[in-house]
Amino acid sequence: MTDEQGTSGAVLVVGGGISGLTAALETAEVGNDVFLVEKGPSFGGRVAQLNQYFPKLCPPSCGLEINFRRVKDNRKIRTYTMTTVKAVKGGPGNYEVTLETEPRYVNSNCTACGDCTAACPDETANDFNFGMNNSKAIYLPHEMAFPQRYVIKKSALSPAGADAIKAACKYDAIDLDMQPEMFTINVASIIWATGWVPYEPTKMENLKFGQSKSIVTNMMIERMAAPSGPTGGKIVRPGDNKAIDSIAFVQCAGSRDENHLEYCSHICCMATFKQMSYVREQYPNAKIYVFYIDLRTPGKYEKFREVRMADANASFIKGKVADIILEADGGVTVVAENALTAEKITQKVDMAVLATGMQPSLGLQDAPAELNLDASGFIISDFDKAMISAGCAKKAADVVTCTQSSTAAALKAIQVSRR
Amino acid sequence: MDKKYCAYICAGCGIGDALDMEALAEVVSGEMSMECKTHTYLCGNEGRSLIEGDVAGGVNTIVVGACSPRVMAREFDFGVDKITVRANIREQVVWSEVKPVEGQAPHKEAAAFLQESASDYLRMACTRAKKTLLPEPYKLEEINKTILVMGGGLAGLTAAKEASAAGYKVIIVEKEEKLGGKAAGWRKSFPSKAPWTDLEENPINSIIASVEGNDRITVKTATEVARISGAPGNFGVTFKAAGDKSEWDAPQKVTVDQQDLITKGEMQDPNAGLKKYTDLNPEALKVGAVVLATGWKPADVSQYQHLGYGKVKNVVTNAEFEKLAKAGKVPANVAFIQSPGGKDNDKDFPYCNSVTSMVALKQAQYVCQDNADGKAYILYQHMRTPGHMELYYKSAQNTDGIFLTKGSVMKVEESGSSLTVAVEDTLLGEDISLQVDMVVLAAGMEPTTLTEDSINLAYRQGPALVDLDLFDGYADSHFICFPYETRRTGIYACGGVRKAETMEEAVDDATGAALKAIQCIESTDRGVSVHPRSGDATYPEFFMQRCTQCKRCTEECPFGALDDDEKGTPLPNPTRCRRCGTCMGACPERIIGFKDYTIDLIGSMIKAVEVPEDDEDRLRVLVLVCENDAYPALDMAGMKRLGISHMARFIPVRCLGSVNMAWIRDALSAGMDGAMLLGCTYGDDYQCHFVKGSEIANKRMENIGDTLKTLGLEPERCAANQVAITDYDKIPQIINEFVDLIVEMGPNPFKGF
Repeated sequence: MTDEQGTSGAVLVVGGGISGLTAALETAEVGNDVFLVEKGPSFGGRVAQLNQYFPKLCPPSCGLEINFRRVKDNRKIRTYTMTTVKAVKGGPGNYEVTLETEPRYVNSNCTACGDCTAACPDETANDFNFGMNNSKAIYLPHEMAFPQRYVIKKSALSPAGADAIKAACKYDAIDLDMQPEMFTINVASIIWATGWVPYEPTKMENLKFGQSKSIVTNMMIERMAAPSGPTGGKIVRPGDNKAIDSIAFVQCAGSRDENHLEYCSHICCMATFKQMSYVREQYPNAKIYVFYIDLRTPGKYEKFREVRMADANASFIKGKVADIILEADGGVTVVAENALTAEKITQKVDMAVLATGMQPSLGLQDAPAELNLDASGFIISDFDKAMISAGCAKKAADVVTCTQSSTAAALKAIQVSRR
Repeated sequence: MDKKYCAYICAGCGIGDALDMEALAEVVSGEMSMECKTHTYLCGNEGRSLIEGDVAGGVNTIVVGACSPRVMAREFDFGVDKITVRANIREQVVWSEVKPVEGQAPHKEAAAFLQESASDYLRMACTRAKKTLLPEPYKLEEINKTILVMGGGLAGLTAAKEASAAGYKVIIVEKEEKLGGKAAGWRKSFPSKAPWTDLEENPINSIIASVEGNDRITVKTATEVARISGAPGNFGVTFKAAGDKSEWDAPQKVTVDQQDLITKGEMQDPNAGLKKYTDLNPEALKVGAVVLATGWKPADVSQYQHLGYGKVKNVVTNAEFEKLAKAGKVPANVAFIQSPGGKDNDKDFPYCNSVTSMVALKQAQYVCQDNADGKAYILYQHMRTPGHMELYYKSAQNTDGIFLTKGSVMKVEESGSSLTVAVEDTLLGEDISLQVDMVVLAAGMEPTTLTEDSINLAYRQGPALVDLDLFDGYADSHFICFPYETRRTGIYACGGVRKAETMEEAVDDATGAALKAIQCIESTDRGVSVHPRSGDATYPEFFMQRCTQCKRCTEECPFGALDDDEKGTPLPNPTRCRRCGTCMGACPERIIGFKDYTIDLIGSMIKAVEVPEDDEDRLRVLVLVCENDAYPALDMAGMKRLGISHMARFIPVRCLGSVNMAWIRDALSAGMDGAMLLGCTYGDDYQCHFVKGSEIANKRMENIGDTLKTLGLEPERCAANQVAITDYDKIPQIINEFVDLIVEMGPNPFKGF
């Protein structure tokens, strides 16, 4: 058992996505000790999967790289991957937190030389790319991964594969007997930046996700558009790799719907406008159809919308999609009622993109501490108890709102030891 | 510090297989006269113990020839009192070797090329180690940790309250007689909790009370800031009675050309009667950082003539309607117009963000609360109720008396004692005409910075925040990842001056701005930089005896860190500095440098590259690489084994803005055959972390082309490229094509001179 003792005023940040990284760095750069824990094998979270941010169309890895450097340069931050919170005892100013680190099966000897992956015969679905391609059973989480260390999906590794990668590693970094490790830390306050998951698209039966490869989610489009993604940056129809002549975006796929997510997920309108740019760049003449309830592109985002709505080959239909019909040629027909004309619209397209919303991660699991969750699973901060939520764990929000709210969370966390 | 050197070269990760380690060590111990050890696996326990043992024995300056400095940062960190320099011979040499085309034999000298490249990186690293000094943090003689909050509205009050709760003293300055700002006029506030259907008590009075009863907070009402001089940790604030003119009002920036005109009497001096920007007011109050929360003003909507504001009675703005609602009963039949309409325009009024959709829902509820048969019509193009506000929207849809429809408002006219509103393209499938008592226009929230300087800095670069036009006048940052980072260090904006925000958002925003102010003060106290080089203990030092007062550094600093005296000699403010080195790049006299980053240091590294003569297979191209985005992308290219010409030599720089053209001249006069800059995108959607660096560097490179021409060299030997961190797949091509171009041009004719 490794027990880590922070100095008084230490802060635990749960979640290593853009919100958690920001909360951790903003806290540590004031001068407080920070423990940053992430359940996945590398930091960066959901935004690491995005090709570009709206409205600047800049790569998320640019900001992540700066943040990773800030982490590397700051001795106040201790980082833990593959680690989750198991129990929280005590009270504000003096929490004792039990953490558990899952086995990575690759120890700190790893130099990320890549010889193991080259030698590994076993493949597994690449979760980072939503299963659109395979990775080896031993892999780097993604190319910009921090820490730059490989990880093994043990369930996908055959005995022969295990022998092959052990033989390939010159640095004795493979440890298939690695066990989960529990340890405790003491902190004054806890920032919950546990983020979100894309709403499970199969739950909307009418939208037929999973029944045709031509129905994808907006997050899958991000991976396809990314140069590092499963198609090397090409947006094509999964399965037959057909070039796109027509594409429909289905807004509010799960959001603003009392049977699914009752709230508005905030980002999906802008995400669709951004993805229209990806499509247009690759297919100058493709027809684009956007089915929406309202176009929520407030404030500075209006200009971004204006440019894309001027596209002569794009149509915007105010109407919620009622049905998606699978077609024999591999395409689909999207069915909706136009709310302005009361006409029934049917539009055949090569590919339909479900603009699925954000569901708070903790809404899907038991919270590891006494947290005040709302009905959707968002965390309501309790400042008296020094339990503070940040980013999309707090509410559905765009990145700039998340980094802002995470900065605010840092101050609430610091106040606890200065009361 | 008396330096004791040792270099360590790692043979791991394929380095030892590709290179002759002994020969490499020979370069270090021979040419560079530095002790050198090799190890098969330097980052492992045994390798690190080797180095740590030597460190215990007195080695304090360590050269590590291994992987990229971006990885194994903690493994090769031997303490802040040691100098460690990394030579990237893994990603950028061994892993970047150009593979022969399939079926062809490798170049017969491929191994030699690789060896030469690795040798050069070690020469450069050893040179850097010799030239690097340990940083000595810049400490103010006296630091003031009080925070000034400008604006006593909700955002300002919250920033003050939250900063004080972390132990800091705060001064709030508010130009009105009373605290509370705009929020003091709200009848109710939006729901902030489940079930998100009920309006709530306006919290402003309780916040005012808690601020007024707080010993750490000083309130100055009916007061304005005339000017703020100084720098983080030591700002000097001059106050004045609200509305007064003062000789201490912050002077406008006067350019060199304007000053000429003023001197000739051809232009009026905008600063007549004002103290110079460098004059220090002995009465000024000292503070450490500033939160700018000067808020917003309701936008003028009289330009939308078809809506009748200012001409037709009972057409009011949402702000005016709120006043009515606060004072008493509102009319029974009211239309709320969310978008100026006209058929082609489905945008909201400017400066609305999503706030005015919420305001309309709230005010529609007043109509129904105040009148038993009240009817409120909300005419929108797109209702903007993000997140849980959707539930408030839904509850309004289910409220008797509130009618919502999408539609384009075509005209508002008087008809008898009431008003007629004509709406087209509604959800009802037809054009409609509404008879109402009052029309409420969803006017936006214009930031004070749209029309005023607001912050009133006594800085050489002028009193206002810069780049405001990029943000429609909001005091915002251009960084999605770093929303509080503007180009004025120590000044953090929040609330309506930064964005049109709801009260809930403003509270969160103000808390974040307070954190940034505290963080800036504490970083200043430690003598280190704030974002993005957070924790950097170096700062630019000036050898003033050789300054020629050319003013380039003071003009080009993206952060306005440099003031100047009458003659134009720079007056540095190290605590405003973000350590990008743009001043160092600008200086033609080469008198600006950091302890670990100087013109001489990089120049010497360039000169340390071995330049073979009379060998067209061995031309040398210098590539100065932005360490923030381009350098990681190069590493990525290496990881992907994409293959980069063996003739390129990379040197990371803090920002392209720090690139001094002396380095380009050094390279060419040392016989190198070409030089390239690789940096971030610039323009409106700039990605440069220091805002202006890459743009400035590109301009300088254009000028150096002209210089080359006069020397009889092809200007094409120098180039600048903009890349993103994700362009690792394009960078090898960019570099290789440039090298091909140089090869085509042939060797630098000055080689060997």
